[in-house]
Amino acid sequence: MLETNLKRAGNQTVVFANPPVILSSYTVVGPMEGQGPLGATFDSVWPDTLHNEKSWERAESKLLQEALEGAIARSGVTRDQIDFMLAGDLLNQIISSNYAARQIALPFIGLYGACSTMALGLILGSMLLDGGFARHVLVGVSSHHDTAERQYRMPTEHGNQRSMSAQWTVTGAGSVLLGRSGNGPRIASATVGRILDYGETDANNMGAAMAPAVSDTILNHLHDLNRTPADYDLIASGDLGTVGLGLAHEVLKKSGIPVGQEFTDCGVMIYDPSQDVHAGGSGCGCSAVVFAGSILQRVRAGEFKRVLLVGSGALHSPTSSQQGESIPSIGHAVEIVG
Amino acid sequence: MGNQNLRPPTISVTPQEYQKLSQQMTPKPTVFKNCVWAFIIGGAICALSQILVNLLKLAGLPQAEASNAVTAIMILVGALLTGLGVYDEIVKVAGAGAIVPVTGFANSMVSPALEFKREGYVVGVGAKLFTVAGPVLVYGVATSIVLGIAAYLLRVFPLVPR
Repeated sequence: MLETNLKRAGNQTVVFANPPVILSSYTVVGPMEGQGPLGATFDSVWPDTLHNEKSWERAESKLLQEALEGAIARSGVTRDQIDFMLAGDLLNQIISSNYAARQIALPFIGLYGACSTMALGLILGSMLLDGGFARHVLVGVSSHHDTAERQYRMPTEHGNQRSMSAQWTVTGAGSVLLGRSGNGPRIASATVGRILDYGETDANNMGAAMAPAVSDTILNHLHDLNRTPADYDLIASGDLGTVGLGLAHEVLKKSGIPVGQEFTDCGVMIYDPSQDVHAGGSGCGCSAVVFAGSILQRVRAGEFKRVLLVGSGALHSPTSSQQGESIPSIGHAVEIVG
Repeated sequence: MGNQNLRPPTISVTPQEYQKLSQQMTPKPTVFKNCVWAFIIGGAICALSQILVNLLKLAGLPQAEASNAVTAIMILVGALLTGLGVYDEIVKVAGAGAIVPVTGFANSMVSPALEFKREGYVVGVGAKLFTVAGPVLVYGVATSIVLGIAAYLLRVFPLVPR
């Protein structure tokens, strides 16, 4: 059979024939994020991370649900016109998303990409739209500092000293509504990443674990589309943190890609050093709230014409870490044009 | 591992080169500062305990009972500060100085109890109470049994002629 009508460029990149539109966005965060440098860009800031719920897990599900409902309300699109909901989070069996999906009651696809889930959701949502399988797709992810601590590390009141390379899981949920037509920034292309594992075993240094995978995805995206970093106003990785971002810069330079100031990281942007988060923010919510908040606002304002969001995920588990395994990581790239 | 199975192009850094880069660029712990604070706060906790022992002895308690009483008091202090959400702030600064004393042990028992109460008293609190302190108890007890047997054997079969 003839391989016509393939919407691909190069080895790994897909180019959308009818770039999906980001019709609306909504972000909900916890108090620490509200006090950070991007505090004014978030739509809703909770006064505390429990918010009168009976458990951290219920609070996170509520956080995600608020973001999803906010994006729907802002878009003006009615629920019967939304064909899919894509959501994910960090918890076992992605329960925050499952319980939020129960409330939102749309056809649901749950995703796990660790902290890269927002980028992954944007890519898959765009494919559903450009492939003619949906009229509108709702995408949302969340993370919560206390649910993550409880599951991945130690009880929340336990006293321990965090390593200097450790990152702080963002309490936040970000959601966007995608459509086939309308006004708003558009998703032009996407590069699904492949897993790279460079032998980092320290779960307290996820930035170093993820930097090779993110660099590989950026390299392939640029190679496939025959572009350089200067073609983008902003290249934002999800949560490499200060350590991972520095390493990614070095790795890309050694690989012949001239990255400069335009390459930064959502985990570095979301907190101020005075908040003592060591290497920066992390979690699905990190890239979600920075992208759906500050970055989209600046695209809509015309400040950024072309942005590359590269979600970064560390695909290990507490069990694999305890067994001494290294951390396989991935980076997913999404190109947004204003 | 690395980029062996990947279709080119990929990053031009070998895993060995990357390990070296990673070690250079990963910030090291602030060892000197941590040691100083561990000394100050750990010392303060122990000094406080000694003061309490002396006070109890002045009140008429013999040494052994006073010592036990102060251990119980410091466990209470650790548990209370954990419940108030303050103990983890202290450990952030003090490190081992607040983890090693018995107040730290209290923290390691109370924090899971608080955390897992949401899963109920049986499979939550009951099952997970020892998630942090478990290894200490297991290996502490096991070591004392081994040493006890060794001490007994040395008495029965003395290695040093009398």
